[in-house]
Amino acid sequence: MTSGAVNSDSSEWPEAVFRVLCNAGVTQVAYVPDAGHARLIELCNANEAMHSVALTSEEEGIALLSGAWLGGARGVLLMQSSGVGNCINMLSVVQECRFPLLSIVTMRGEWGEFNPWQVPMGQGVSRALENAGVIVHHVDDAGDLAETVAAASELAFNAFRAVAVSVSQRILGSKEWK
Amino acid sequence: MNVPRESTSNLDRRAVVAQLLAGRGDALLITGLGSTTWDAAAVGDSAANFYVWGGMGGAAMIGLGLALAQPERRVLVITGDGEMLMGLGAMATIAVQGPKNLAVVVIDNEVYGETGMQFTHTRFGVDLAGMAAAAGFESACTVYTQSDLDTLSSAIYEAPGTLFADVKVSTERHETVLPPRDGTYLKHRFRTALLGDPEKGALVGRKE
Repeated sequence: MTSGAVNSDSSEWPEAVFRVLCNAGVTQVAYVPDAGHARLIELCNANEAMHSVALTSEEEGIALLSGAWLGGARGVLLMQSSGVGNCINMLSVVQECRFPLLSIVTMRGEWGEFNPWQVPMGQGVSRALENAGVIVHHVDDAGDLAETVAAASELAFNAFRAVAVSVSQRILGSKEWK
Repeated sequence: MNVPRESTSNLDRRAVVAQLLAGRGDALLITGLGSTTWDAAAVGDSAANFYVWGGMGGAAMIGLGLALAQPERRVLVITGDGEMLMGLGAMATIAVQGPKNLAVVVIDNEVYGETGMQFTHTRFGVDLAGMAAAAGFESACTVYTQSDLDTLSSAIYEAPGTLFADVKVSTERHETVLPPRDGTYLKHRFRTALLGDPEKGALVGRKE
């Protein structure tokens, strides 16, 4: 099973989510870096069974993972909320072909944000994704995160759906400005 | 503003794509939206072809995901200059990954053929092969002549590293040959041909 027994100390959510991705058979990890994803990206980069693919822009990841599924492989797209807007037209490929898509979106512009430029996209994430045919699971509590990613991966890969897990800035902590 | 150059190539796009695909064997093909899809369909439909009818700018990245998932199979992307220009970042991303089984070929007529023949940036001298070389593709070339094309026709299946080619063709238009366009059907057909089961990969890690 990919669900169950994945809850852990909330400060260790990247490790718990990484185990979920391994259990789900994910072998392609596409990302545009975000501070909130830094530890998870490190874990994926260090794993020889995974292709880590750094992107110049997030829509590349949507296309990459579509190709991965054509070839029989599973992937995940790690991005920040600002990257969601870059994906919109490429998500039409996912919807038209009913490709599975698993994405983990770390939020900005949502909880205690300091930078006003992050707010418009951050506030639009759920509606933008849902308008593009993506199911959104929002997580506010770190203790729920691994279990939610496990459930999302089942919905993506076993029910052939596009699913994004949005991770609250409340979990990640607001960016500190010194 | 720069002025458009004269178009110099007299290579015919249909003949180019037919020659490139003649030796494909079991290679997997991704085509970009528009003319390159009609070109591939004119050569002959195949379950090992995945035509991207939308998602402009995504063809090369779909090829990368496929190439990483199927390292033992040759993957060929054939797309247009307008489609490639919309996804230039993919050149950097693909070059960093450097899969040895991937070739990206742009059929470059220097115009947007589906929308009224407006010039693309390549007509003004933007050098796609130069960009690919600068990104780090192991081989990158521009093809102008039949002799260059003959060399490319085998290189796309034999090159030891990631290959990029920009094939300059004339602006002559051809009959639109439509392959199947239902994306979900094309996906299942492709996966069944490649993997033997359209649902292969589902239910991994799950007890039945």
